[in-house]
Amino acid sequence: MTDKDNYILSCKDIYKSYQMGATRLEVLKGINLSAARGEFVAIRGASGSGKSTLLHILGALDTPDKGGVFFEGKNLADFSGRKINEFRNKKIGFVFQFYHLLDELTVLENVLLAKMAHSSAARWLTCSDSAKNHACQLLGELGLSERVSHRPFELSGGERQRVAIARALMNEPDIILADEPTGNLDSQTGNGILKVFEKLHSGGQTIVMVSHDEKIAGRAQRVIRLADGKISTA
Amino acid sequence: MYDIILPIRFFLRRRITILAVLAVALCVFTVVVVMTVMNGLVSDFTDKNHAFFSDGIVWTDSLVGFGLYEEFISRLEKTDFVACAAPVINTFGLVESESSGKNAALDLMGMDIARQIKTTDFADTLYYRKDTPILAFNPIYDVNLAGCIIGVDLLVERLKSGQYRQLSFLPMWSYLITCFPLTPKGALAKTGTALTANSGTFYYSDNSNSGLAKIDSTVVYLPFDSLQSLCGMDIGAKRTNAIFVKFKKGFDINVCTDKVSRLWQDFIKENGDFALANLFGTVRVADWKTYRRETIAPMEKEQTMMILLFALVGLITVFIIFVIFYMIISRKSRDIGILKSLGVSKTGIVRVFLRLALLIGICGAAVGIAAALVFLLNINRLEGWLFDKFGFQIWNREIYAIGEIPHQTRPVLLAIVAACAVAACLLGALLPTLGSAGRKCVDILRVNQL
Repeated sequence: MTDKDNYILSCKDIYKSYQMGATRLEVLKGINLSAARGEFVAIRGASGSGKSTLLHILGALDTPDKGGVFFEGKNLADFSGRKINEFRNKKIGFVFQFYHLLDELTVLENVLLAKMAHSSAARWLTCSDSAKNHACQLLGELGLSERVSHRPFELSGGERQRVAIARALMNEPDIILADEPTGNLDSQTGNGILKVFEKLHSGGQTIVMVSHDEKIAGRAQRVIRLADGKISTA
Repeated sequence: MYDIILPIRFFLRRRITILAVLAVALCVFTVVVVMTVMNGLVSDFTDKNHAFFSDGIVWTDSLVGFGLYEEFISRLEKTDFVACAAPVINTFGLVESESSGKNAALDLMGMDIARQIKTTDFADTLYYRKDTPILAFNPIYDVNLAGCIIGVDLLVERLKSGQYRQLSFLPMWSYLITCFPLTPKGALAKTGTALTANSGTFYYSDNSNSGLAKIDSTVVYLPFDSLQSLCGMDIGAKRTNAIFVKFKKGFDINVCTDKVSRLWQDFIKENGDFALANLFGTVRVADWKTYRRETIAPMEKEQTMMILLFALVGLITVFIIFVIFYMIISRKSRDIGILKSLGVSKTGIVRVFLRLALLIGICGAAVGIAAALVFLLNINRLEGWLFDKFGFQIWNREIYAIGEIPHQTRPVLLAIVAACAVAACLLGALLPTLGSAGRKCVDILRVNQL
């Protein structure tokens, strides 16, 4: 098996900068990174070190100024707009620090949204029952069986994050990208979320997680340190 | 599927959408009510003109008139498109009430009542002789007396409610009517060196309420032959200065008017050797609308102005919707970021918000139309209540010759207004949606995270 086969997601020589008023802020300065299938990788760095930017670039939510992101060896820059949307929907599951759930939808609908995003009304009618069963199963596994018809603002922070994880898992993605998933939670609740990730990893799920906290990052299989826009070897 | 569920959820669970629906409903309500009333007033006015002046008119502005009118009428009535025609004299004279002594210079209209009631809806304007219009010039109290019909506003008090205080009996009032006869050459007729003035006494036989304020407040109607004699239109050859023509049902008025015009041209050629043939030159032929253009045109202009003003209201609606959608989308930008992170395309996001706009447009239009219909259905009752309670009237009936405020809504108008409202919503929503959907989702989420 070659590296190309084994590494599900990698990036090569990534540069990214932002214009901040009159000055140009160099956020990422030549990042090279790979995540193997089934690996749990943590990217750790201080606030403003560029770790979230890197995660967004890996998940095709943002584009690098220079360099390439490769999914199963294919450069995302070569993907059409439609294929990028499909990639975000089917291959990647995002978990954000601030959960990012839609307040107008119930817990179940928020989870199903990932499935609905790429289903026409006609297709949805044929698969909605199985999708609902799958969503309920995920919510059950995450301890939210009693909360399916609640709206996000009726849930605690930990519960909301578990809903976000269920939504990320809904399409059985190849990779979970988690941006400070415990950053908005107390340590006990955050620990619960990390246990969920560990359980997922033990089931073979590839996870790339960003955290500024050394302890939290330490729960991952491999930790990459980011400092001053570069991978730190220290 | 998200693009069906999300618009419905956004619509049902966001209070700001209620504001948007209310804004659309208010605009639709205003446009429907004002357009219905305005259209109603204009069509009521034009209908009344049409009813009073028949379909086509052959006329001259000259008080001398023109001859051979009976010959031309019989030629008209032989055609396949003319139902009937009636000669009419339009002139002026001095009218003096013999009971009160008051006098005034008024318009006089001479009509052959038998032919007039066939050619126009004049019979409907009468009060005492509505059922026996043929006897309109025969006063009920003495049918052998020469009668005159007086314009309703000249004689009958109009109440603030718009009703006329008609007397239950016909009073025996007499009027001395004086005219200055003109010779066929247009000169005042003289006896020796003194000018001749013809006078006659006529008895009040009825009043006419045509609904046309200017006519009802200035015209006294006399029998055709009597007025012809009073103003000297029987000197030399009998003359009239107008012929009202009614076309048969199903015939186009404009086409028939052209035919009458050609017939008239042929007629004057054939009668070129007639002694008063020189009077034919001033005669014109027109349909009723052209004949009354000076009166109808200002109202139609007013209507056009109204339509333009309400086009501006439409633009304001678009702007209001634009602002509301700008607010909705500003609040929803985080959701747009979430949807994009889930792989929803730009067109998918535009679809969500356009469907939301469609829902707002449809509901706003439905609420606005329903409210307008209820309001219009009760507009006269409401005005009556306002008048009884506070003495307020939208149109002072002592000034405006309208009875009820028009409230019949045309389905076409409703359909057009509803379609414009929905289109305004879609247009108002499109720009902010395109702006937000085009942004990078990471930028949206980053902003909402701060």
